[in-house]
Order: sequence, then structure tokens, then C-alpha cells
Amino acid sequence: MGQEKYYSLKNVIFLIIIIALIFFPYVADSRTLTILMTQVFIFSILAMSYDILLGYTGIVSFGHAMFFGIGAYTTAILLSMYDNTMMIFLISIIVGMIFTGFVSFLVGLLTLRLKSHFFAMLTLAISGLFLVVAEKWRTVTKGNDGFTFRAPDLFRDRVFFYFFVLVCLVVAFLVLRRFVTSPLGKVLIAVRENEQRTRSLGFRTLHYKVIASIVAGVVASLSGSLYAISLRFVNTSVMSMDITLDALLMTIIGGVGTLVGPIVGSFVIEIAQHYLSGLANDYPIFERWIIFFGMLYILVVIFFPKGIVGTVYVKYLTWKSKKSRPQQPKQSVPLVKDKERLE
Amino acid sequence: MEPIIRTENLSIQFGGHRAVDGVNFKMQAKHFKSIIGPNGAGKTTFFNLLSGELKPTEGEIFLRGKSLASDSSIERTRKGLGRSFQITNVFPNLTVLENVRLAVQSREKVRFNFIKHYLQYKAITNEAVEKLEQVLLGNKVNAVASQLSHGEKRKLEIAMLLALNTEILLLDEPTAGMSLEEVPTILEVIRSIKEQGDKTILLIEHKMDMILDLSDSIMVLFNGKLLADGTPSEIMDNETVQNAYLGGLYDEQLIKT
Repeated sequence: MGQEKYYSLKNVIFLIIIIALIFFPYVADSRTLTILMTQVFIFSILAMSYDILLGYTGIVSFGHAMFFGIGAYTTAILLSMYDNTMMIFLISIIVGMIFTGFVSFLVGLLTLRLKSHFFAMLTLAISGLFLVVAEKWRTVTKGNDGFTFRAPDLFRDRVFFYFFVLVCLVVAFLVLRRFVTSPLGKVLIAVRENEQRTRSLGFRTLHYKVIASIVAGVVASLSGSLYAISLRFVNTSVMSMDITLDALLMTIIGGVGTLVGPIVGSFVIEIAQHYLSGLANDYPIFERWIIFFGMLYILVVIFFPKGIVGTVYVKYLTWKSKKSRPQQPKQSVPLVKDKERLE
Repeated sequence: MEPIIRTENLSIQFGGHRAVDGVNFKMQAKHFKSIIGPNGAGKTTFFNLLSGELKPTEGEIFLRGKSLASDSSIERTRKGLGRSFQITNVFPNLTVLENVRLAVQSREKVRFNFIKHYLQYKAITNEAVEKLEQVLLGNKVNAVASQLSHGEKRKLEIAMLLALNTEILLLDEPTAGMSLEEVPTILEVIRSIKEQGDKTILLIEHKMDMILDLSDSIMVLFNGKLLADGTPSEIMDNETVQNAYLGGLYDEQLIKT
């Protein structure tokens, strides 16, 4: 890890990417690309939140879509019930966050005592429950057909919405980065590494897992709210297993246990989906682009189990250690001292 | 004087096998006691019962006169009962420093802070480094734990236990599987802890010279039962012990040679 400085290479790259993204909508002339990038950002937020569970705490959840769905429905319902103002939208984000926080607290408290695979199954069941509620509670959700609603007027400008989502992404990234590098985040990583040992150090691991689940849920709800706005439409698909699987794939392909990984993963998957399905006009085989996607996924898991970012990071570390090798003889001096103390 | 830790008829049954069978043991504060016994005598099981990893089928454990029956391993650690593990049990993908830092963090009760960066807790880092130097791992601070040699992992175990700074230390075979050159280091580390004089230490070991060197008293477990408990010289002279344990070992050696 080492000491982190504000002008480190990492932060400089971070800044360059941000600046590039700020100019992107002005450079890219097509609206489609701006919308696509907005979609990438929204799913980046979702995938980052999933990584808090999978990559940092080591919890495999199959129910992440329920938090995303709750956020999406809260925003859609509040905006269609009341005015389509910015105020209502911001309130809906907060209401969605509080509601998911509450739900993930309850679900976490009930389920996180279980061993990993039982927990995964139970989250699947609970998110299925939410899906059924969304389908059957027709007076509010209009069931499977869903409903359209009017987004705040400001968001009609796609470029403004792009910036709004970008700001959300950056804020979510910074908050989560601080979260995982805080003392609490370190305990989460310890839980992932060896839960029994963490307990014997005197940490109540259940509390930490519940906290991780709440944070992941709240952030997922934010991305759900933004997703609903981007479509101006919501139906039960926001609660479906596909959303959870997307988050899972993005996290694994990008790199588990890093926050940049999910962003890269979401970029790769969204762009690939877009262009692969676009190819279908020329080559009919790409109607089934998802087959290629499945193959890509299998290859990544076999050859790059650490994901794109993880693999690059390991390569970078070995390169760095090779570069600093000539200075190593110095370090062997303490070893001699050890021996002397023995004798 | 009230013993700091005491067990009453402590037993655990796995199926038809009584791994620990009616052990009554007590220990004074700041005392150094070793547990010996052949493999399968129930030594580690006894530790697991003390540290709360296992629940006893019968009997109770008292810490400073208070029953620990309802306390999990988490509470017992917080009440001052720290342990090291026989099978090395560290956080494999974290650096050595981070392993120890987690232990210091737990003791300092820096548990739920999610606003500050962990590097802002300089005192915690410094103390972790200090503990690592105490177990002679000062030159491995930034190594990843899984890449340490076996002996170094054992030292890391001890550093984590020291960082918890519990009043009672349960050391489960700190030299298990170590090469002969490494044993003296561990011996040195344990001796230095003992000489600080503020810890109650319970040690499981097989190396008799080390035990005789360090212990104030020795207890012998055999088939889950407490066979004897006394000063080193008493134990060495005890005939039952010689027959059951030491004798048995020598016989085996005779057969081999």
C-alpha cells in the first residue's frame, strides 16, 4: 500500500480521466454516445456498490437488484404522484436511500448469520419476493407493464443529465473509497479474508457485514433512481435477476476488490453490449450477441480471475518491484542482526 | 487468592468420544503454566473450550470468578482472553503490518470509524510496527502474509496476540512445524513476554526442554483427563505421568531404534 499522497500517480490519472469525461459530451457529436456513457456511469455506481459486498466483505448476494429496484420505483412513483420538479426528485433519492437502508438492515440482520451459500439463496428468495410485490401491487406499480413518468425539466437536456450522473459517480466513488480505506473498511477486508479470525480478534463480524450491506444497498438505490430517470419509465425489469447478474459480471470482469474495477467493468460491458447488438444489422449471428458475451465471460474468469484492473495492478506491482530490485541488498542487513540476537 | 481462570468439570463430547473429560483446573494471575500430553490428548480442544471456539457439553469456565458460559469468543477476547492458533491462522492476503494493525485497532476500540483514513491513525501503525519488532519481524512489515515462511507466520501470530494485549495469553504450540534454527527465536520472544511479568500465560508445547525452562507449573492431559498438575519437578517425578506420557514416548523410540 504505502503512503498515499495527493499528487500520486493514481490521483493524477484520476484527474485526467475526469477532465476527459467533462469534455466528452462536447466532443462526441452523437446523442447516443452521451446517453450510452450516462448508462455506463449509472451501472458503475451499481457495480461499485456490489463490490462493497463481493470484493471487500466477501459476501455473495443474489438479491442486489431489489435495492436498485426500490430506488427506481421510489423515484418513479414520487415523480408521477407529485410534480416533476427537481426538489421532488432529490427527495425521492433520499427517501429511496432511507427505505433501502432500512430494508437492507432488516434483511442483513436476518440473513447474514448464515453461511455464504445459504445467504446467497436467501437473498435470491427475498429479491424474488420484492419482484412479486412489484408485479402484483398494480395500483402503485402498474404491474409488469410499468408506467412512464415525466422527469424534471432540467433533465430533458441529456448533457445536463450526463453531468449530474457524472457528479453522482464521482461523489459515490470518493465516499466509497474513504469508506473502504477507513478503519471500518479494513475490518471488512479482514472479514473477507478470515471471518473466524476476525471474530477472535474481538470484532463482532455480523455488525460489519450488516453495515456493508446497508452501504451497498443505499448506493445501489441511488443508481436505481438515476436509471429510472434515464429511461423515464419503470417496470418490473428493474427488480429482475438480470440487474444483479449485470452487477456481478461488471464487478468480476473489471476486478473484484477495487473500486475502479467495477467502473471499468461497467464500461466494457455496456459498450460491448451496445456495439455487439449493433453488429446484428450486418451479421445476423450477432442477434445472439449474448453467446459471445458468455464466452468472453468464461475466458476472463479462467485467464484473468482478478479482472482487468486486478491483473493490470499486479503487472504494475511486479514491474515496480523489478525496478527497485538493485536496492534490495540493504534489506538483508536486519536478518543478520536477528541471528546475532539469537546467539 | 482467587484464581484468574478456573474450570469446573469441563467436558466436551464428540459423538462417543469425550475429548475433554471433567477437567478441573485453576490458574493464578501472572503465572506461567504449560500443558503437555500426547497427540489427541485434548489439549487444543481444551483451548478451544477456553477461548469459546467450542461450547462445552458439561462444566463451566470462570474468569475472575465469573462464568463465561454465555460469552462468545468475541466477548472472551474483549474480557482479556487472547489466543494464538496451532494451525497458522492469519489474514493471508493482507500485509504483515495490516494483520497486526487490525489487532491493535480492536484493542484501541477503533472499530466503526468510517470517516477518517486509516493512515491517520499513526499511533496504531506505530504500535503495530513495535509489536512486529518485538517478535523480530521488523524487516517484513510490508510483506504479504501468505508469502511468509512458516516460522515467520508463527511469529506473526504471536505479534497479533501481543497487540491485543490481553491479560491471559493462550499459546497453542507456537513452535509447531518450525525448523530447529527458528525455535530459539520464539523461545526468546515468549521469555521476554514472561519477563515483563504482567501476563498470565498458558502454553501448549511438545518440546520438554522449552517447557521446563519457562514454566512455573505444568499440567498433563491424557485421553481428555487431567492426569497431574504441579511444579516441573513434581511432574517429572510423577510415576503416572512417566508411564502415561514420557514413558510411552520413550518406549516408542526404543521400538523404532
